Amino acid sequence: MSKYIVTQNVADCIGCRACEVHCKDKNNSGPGAFYCRMIEVTSSAGSLPRIDFVYLACFHCEKAWCVDACPTGAMRRRDKDGIVYVEAKSCVGCKACITACPWTVPQWNPETGKVGKCDLCMDRIDEGLEPACVSKCTTGCLSFTTPGQASESARQAFAEQLLRNRR
Amino acid sequence: MKETKYSICGMCAVRCPVAVQVEDGKPVWIEGNSHDGGMGRSLCAKGGAAFAQRADKQRPTAPLLRMGKRGEGQWREASWDEAYDYITTRLNAVIAEHGGRSIMFSDRGGPFADLRQAFVKALGSPNYINHDCTCGRNVHHASKSVYGLGRKDFSYDYANARHIVLFGRNITEALKVKEVKSFLKGVKNGARVTYIDPRASVTAGKATRYWQIKPGTDYALLLGIAHCVLSNNYYDLDFAERYITGLSEFKTFLAPYTPVWAAEETGIAASEIEAFCRELNEDRPKVIIHPGWMLARYRDSFHASRIIHILNALMGSIEQPGGLFYPKGPKDVGKSGLKSLAALVPAVSEERADGCGSRFPQWDKGAGMLQTAYEAIETGTPYPVKAYFVHRHNPFIALPDTNEQRRILDKLDLIVAVDVNFSETAWFADVILPENTFLERDDILRTEKGLKPGFGRRQQCVKPLNNTKAGWEIYLDLAKRMGKGEYFPFKSIEDIWQFQLQDTGLSVADFDAQGFVKLSDKALWFDRDKLKFGTESGKIEIVNPKWEAMGVASLPPYEAPVPPPEGSFRLLFGRNGYQAHGQHQNNPILCELLNVNKLWINTAAAKKLGVKDGDQVRVESGDEQGTITAYVTDLIHPQAVFMLHGFGTDVPAKKRSVGKGLADQMFMQGKLKEWDKAGGGLNLAESFVTVTPV
Ligand code: SF4
Ligand code: SF4
Ligand code: SF4
Ligand code: SF4
Repeated sequence: MSKYIVTQNVADCIGCRACEVHCKDKNNSGPGAFYCRMIEVTSSAGSLPRIDFVYLACFHCEKAWCVDACPTGAMRRRDKDGIVYVEAKSCVGCKACITACPWTVPQWNPETGKVGKCDLCMDRIDEGLEPACVSKCTTGCLSFTTPGQASESARQAFAEQLLRNRR
Repeated sequence: MKETKYSICGMCAVRCPVAVQVEDGKPVWIEGNSHDGGMGRSLCAKGGAAFAQRADKQRPTAPLLRMGKRGEGQWREASWDEAYDYITTRLNAVIAEHGGRSIMFSDRGGPFADLRQAFVKALGSPNYINHDCTCGRNVHHASKSVYGLGRKDFSYDYANARHIVLFGRNITEALKVKEVKSFLKGVKNGARVTYIDPRASVTAGKATRYWQIKPGTDYALLLGIAHCVLSNNYYDLDFAERYITGLSEFKTFLAPYTPVWAAEETGIAASEIEAFCRELNEDRPKVIIHPGWMLARYRDSFHASRIIHILNALMGSIEQPGGLFYPKGPKDVGKSGLKSLAALVPAVSEERADGCGSRFPQWDKGAGMLQTAYEAIETGTPYPVKAYFVHRHNPFIALPDTNEQRRILDKLDLIVAVDVNFSETAWFADVILPENTFLERDDILRTEKGLKPGFGRRQQCVKPLNNTKAGWEIYLDLAKRMGKGEYFPFKSIEDIWQFQLQDTGLSVADFDAQGFVKLSDKALWFDRDKLKFGTESGKIEIVNPKWEAMGVASLPPYEAPVPPPEGSFRLLFGRNGYQAHGQHQNNPILCELLNVNKLWINTAAAKKLGVKDGDQVRVESGDEQGTITAYVTDLIHPQAVFMLHGFGTDVPAKKRSVGKGLADQMFMQGKLKEWDKAGGGLNLAESFVTVTPV
């Protein structure tokens, strides 16, 4: 796990897919390639329909299958914060990382013949900004944070809800 | 060099404030204009695809003159001079033979329409029309008949509401960025949300109560609700006493429309309706019952919307935090407004071709009505209409029955389309004048009403990539060439801005820092003891004598919709959050999100037909038919089928999307002649189609 994490407040997500578009616009991922994806989960059982969207990008694994599988070292982890990214000039397009990743997260760019993937918009992070998908999410339901902070704020929100419900 | 320019998004008609970063003349980043707190940096998917639109070459990139027959798609690139000459020659011939009144113009309305209205007037025509016959006309006219105020004379304070009631107002997908954020804030703050729609959209997933109503019975449900609210005194007696007239007539009228009756009609249990009304009583006055945005749906949508307007008043939610409020304008804070460009041009006294204000006395003249203008083209009554400017408006897919529209418009001597995209309508024109994308153009200043009124500016952030022009430039050029330059004493957009700002004490440079200027620091609420309404009595009129005199009954008895014949379904349509009005299906990024629509069909209904999820089915109506993939789900009422709008284009230049999916409006045969007689909105949800497995 990189030191960062992107969390999603599903209740506020409207499946508008702006995150996908902001990512594509910034990162030029190529036709058909999406570094993050909204997955729709729908159910009509029960009295209220459930129509939810789950944000899936890359987990930036601590022991990254994709990195281990890459024969050229193009797929790598950034030392300072553990971001897993592709160094494009070393990528030979063998797709080993795509196969190795349990969630097939690395994306194939048919125009360049190389793999690309979410790098947490590290150029933006290095400028002190947030990733594109987080910055511009239509509803503000994505947060760029660390696991520690994420846990803190989730507990805080839960505690507030608990008290609200008790009233 | 990197700089940030503040402007106004133009990817859809919501027109959100944006910030665009430009480096060495290239656009490098776009986000919401966070100087506007309600907006923040948020931007929807369409706005996020703005740079892709600019770079896209599957759009008109130079003036085009038609070569072959109309709609054949044989174009020749021309210089602006040649295109202008082509237009003015024909326009002058039309004017010489039929007068200026035989010119009509349609656009999608909005805050930048003033200049276009000035243009139409300068040509001597009363026939400026906006798109609203397929959008909010019913809501607007209903609001006029209850409050004497237009639909835009009210806004909604979702963030502080206790109960938000949405009759098909798909607030999370037919989305306005600031609105949806404020809505979700309300939900987070514990507001109840009741969502009513034959189809469960994403909004249904955010609701605390979802009613899958039988399609076409909204009016019945509303009558049942009104009955329950009135008979139990679930309303604000003081507010009603002070501001509402016609309550006793209303009570008498409502007598037969009990919740039990409504349950029979709508399929929603009486006990649920009663529980809902009890909640309204607990939650008022912080209740918002949305009267509809796009409500060109049923033949009685005007009356459904009318009851909603009345219910809001009964909740006492007018000018109330957590309810409805008046958007304040410059005058309300003691300031001068922008000067009008249209006011520079002498008024045209001619009757309107579409009959607004004459044949149809109840309809506003300002926005016109496109379908009755079509009648004028067809019949030559009240007078011939021979030339048509269609400005970034796409009636061929917005109104029903494209083929019928083609037949009618082919009677015109001249069709000029001004557009950023190849709309289906533009494809049928004689001339296409390509407009700059919003990133590449300035527009006139706009007034931004709200609790803190102000003005806003769309400015050119980057130079046009192609041989295109801004709308203001096109209409100034044309007006001058038509000998009407005296009404447009401007050489540049700065001249126009300065003129607009003349009385305000502001200068153009005041917009540089934030893109907008606020005229007040604090939110302005009117004194609730001194509310004014625009009706003749100055009150909220449940029974409006003026409208009755114009032939519009205030409280007509309910008539049940005709159920679809066996094997047929009512055709409903809508949109998702990332593609609107057929404008985005060919965008290089947005086309990747979804390139074909499906047919939603109810599980039980599909089973009867032997249709399984993912099967191909044939949809048919009259001589129109097409094949589409079925999406079998319980999320839609058994009487209806649904498809996303804007698919199935037949414009070959849109290579990414041509021929993909089906176009709902093609199946609305004969519906160009059917509209809500009171409100004027077209009946876009009154068509039946048959569905058969292939
Ligand atoms: S932009 Fe935000 S609200 Fe929209 S789909 Fe992505 S995460 Fe959800
Ligand atoms: S691509 Fe897959 S394996 Fe690699 S870091 Fe991301 S989630 Fe882990
Ligand atoms: S963090 Fe950046 S690269 Fe990763 S999904 Fe979001 S926008 Fe795309
Ligand atoms: S809703 Fe989206 S496309 Fe429409 S103006 Fe706002 S950001 Fe632009």
